[in-house]
Amino acid sequence: MAEHTGLIEWFSPSTYGKLPFDDWVEWVVRDWLVPNFRPAFQAMQWPVDQVLRGLDAGLQAIPFPIFALVLVIAAWRFAGGGVAIFTLLAMLFIDAIGVWAETMTTLSMILTAVFFCAIAGIPLGIAAARNDRFATTIRPVLDIMQTIPPFVYLVPIVMLFGVGMVPGVIATIIFALPPIIRLTNLGIRQVREELVEAAVAFGSTPKQILFEVQLPLALRTIMAGLNQTLMLALSMAVIAALIGAGGLGLTVFTGLGRLDVGRAAVGGVGIVLIAIVLDRITQALGDPSLRKGDWTFNGTAKRLLGLAPPGPAQR
Amino acid sequence: MPAKLSMEGLYKVFGPAPEEAVKLAREGLDKDEIYRRTESVVAVDNISLEVESREIFVVMGLSGSGKSTLVRCINRLIEPTSGSLAIDGQDVLALDEGGLRQLRLAKVAMVFQHFALFPHRTVAENAAYGLKIRGVSPKQRREKAVEALAAVGLDAWADAYPSNLSGGMQQRVGLARALAVDPEILLMDEPFSALDPLIRRDMQNELLGLQERYSATIVFITHDLNEALTLGSRIAIMKDGSFVQVGRPQEIVSAPADDYVANFTREVDRSRVLTLGQIARRDRPLLEPQEEIAAACRKLSASGAQALLVQDSAQKPLGSVSAAQLLAADPAARVESVMERPAITAEAETSLATILETGGAGAPVALVDKQGRISATVDPGDLVNALAAARASEQPISQEKNVTAGVHNG
Ligand SMILES: Nc1ncnc2c1ncn2[C@@H]1O[C@H](COP(=O)(O)OP(=O)(O)O)[C@@H](O)[C@H]1O
Ligand SMILES: [Mg+2]
Repeated sequence: MAEHTGLIEWFSPSTYGKLPFDDWVEWVVRDWLVPNFRPAFQAMQWPVDQVLRGLDAGLQAIPFPIFALVLVIAAWRFAGGGVAIFTLLAMLFIDAIGVWAETMTTLSMILTAVFFCAIAGIPLGIAAARNDRFATTIRPVLDIMQTIPPFVYLVPIVMLFGVGMVPGVIATIIFALPPIIRLTNLGIRQVREELVEAAVAFGSTPKQILFEVQLPLALRTIMAGLNQTLMLALSMAVIAALIGAGGLGLTVFTGLGRLDVGRAAVGGVGIVLIAIVLDRITQALGDPSLRKGDWTFNGTAKRLLGLAPPGPAQR
Repeated sequence: MPAKLSMEGLYKVFGPAPEEAVKLAREGLDKDEIYRRTESVVAVDNISLEVESREIFVVMGLSGSGKSTLVRCINRLIEPTSGSLAIDGQDVLALDEGGLRQLRLAKVAMVFQHFALFPHRTVAENAAYGLKIRGVSPKQRREKAVEALAAVGLDAWADAYPSNLSGGMQQRVGLARALAVDPEILLMDEPFSALDPLIRRDMQNELLGLQERYSATIVFITHDLNEALTLGSRIAIMKDGSFVQVGRPQEIVSAPADDYVANFTREVDRSRVLTLGQIARRDRPLLEPQEEIAAACRKLSASGAQALLVQDSAQKPLGSVSAAQLLAADPAARVESVMERPAITAEAETSLATILETGGAGAPVALVDKQGRISATVDPGDLVNALAAARASEQPISQEKNVTAGVHNG
């Protein structure tokens, strides 16, 4: 090999030895993060655990026909007859292939993750929209969160949180968080400058500008972000099963482990069907014509029961 | 009493070196040179003005002359770089955030060129926005909003969304939103520029009516001199950030300060701007109905007029007699036997064009005061001469002809 060592090799860093990057990361995580912050991270699990337990218990307690019926009516009122029929068939099929309980577990994990993404992501998006410096600071962080393969952060998550449903949800939150932040930021920045100026000219406080003008007008974009977050969360179902989460992801994962193609397909079909149904319904919720309607408890209930049209309130 | 709104030596500079640019501008350097040295744009350059209560002060200039920047300095949507600004004698630039908000809530409302209505709110909710921000209860603000909408003729549309309305209607909503808060000062940045000419004309007339009803002081921005002349009690012509002339409409048209102003006024129909007051004669004798024709003839020839007005005992106009009628009559008869009734009457502010449209070119016109008493006489000959002179100075291709009478009764 010596004859190949020439001038050109001088410029390649590996000629002078290997940088122990892996050791550094290992040191940071194992010798600094875990011993110092493990209790803090453990504490973070608590709210996630509560929400997850509550949701799961609730969803498991609702009998299949009732849950399916409510979902079908919601699909019908918000997204139309076609989506309602699809939803009905999808629910029947999921129950028929015997993964209803797993589907409810997955759903409660997904909804928990989306819930925490929303309560963290929307305020962060608002902050990014109002502060350019904050926006430029978090942009690379979001880029990293979206491009880093989830398998890479599964290891530190297990080290910090252990295994089980809650760490699975936490991995899902990390993976699904960026779109809601990005689109909240984008939605607020897209509101016409002139409208904000009008709000200021009439004496609005910054808070009033946000709640009276910016957020309502950004709602459609924010809903699109929420929809993307939801879809990303669903796509994490199988990966989360790697660290001990249950549900449809676990069905796929065990199928994979036993090379049982049928079992894997059952889990996979369940995930796809639930994804399509949730996607259609949440997309329809972002429709601005729907938002102009009566969204009080009464109005919403009437709409769900078909006593009022799903569109704007009639003049 | 202090002026409603006054500013003194106001500057606004956009760019990296505002202080430096103001210093150079004070030294008298021109804009391009200042931009070369500091990369800063002097958008408002040493403006001083005083607007009296209930005046319509029009700022007119070409695009880029700094009109929008100037009007936004008044409610500090744009922060002036230097100078002073007072409303009702109160220093606006010294206000803190809360005080400034109070000013915007209570005193100064704004109407925007592209309406700037909130698309997610109904027409009534848009009109009620200022009241909502003020913390008025939902029921009360709905009431006031509908009242303001009624004033602009849109109360039937209260529950529609702005996107269902035409441009003219949308701007009426913009106007209602501003009027609903009972502002003392109304800032209007080219509010009618985005509307087509016929609707614009309607809106101008309507604004004059609304201004009387709501008794607001208006700062009105436009790039259309006809609009400025129709609306303005006073007009400021703005160029490159400074005022080149400030004056009453007639002064702007009859004595443009420089070529920039003259370029605008050349295109305007002077007969709409010149008023009867400017050509009326106060020394014309007035006849009594019981007077003998012979005496009337003597007065006529002494005055050199071709016709005279006849007044009653309360100095109210009764009619007029021409030289021909007097000469043909029996000298011993009374004036009332040949008098033509009624007299044509007008106010001093009536424009030449209006009196022509109402058919008043043949006989003397009686200018009356508020009590209806004759204050001066317009000779038919003077009227024709003035009209001829006004029309002759018009450019061959004049802009759209005014359809409705643009009378401004100050
Ligand atoms: N935010 C801004 N930043 C930099 N320059 C500006 C800004 N706003 C206005 N200007 C400049 O100030 C000048 C006056 O603009 P503007 O007040 O909008 O004029 P007008 O309303 O008469 O058309 C223009 O040269 C414009 O380019
Ligand atoms: Mg402008």
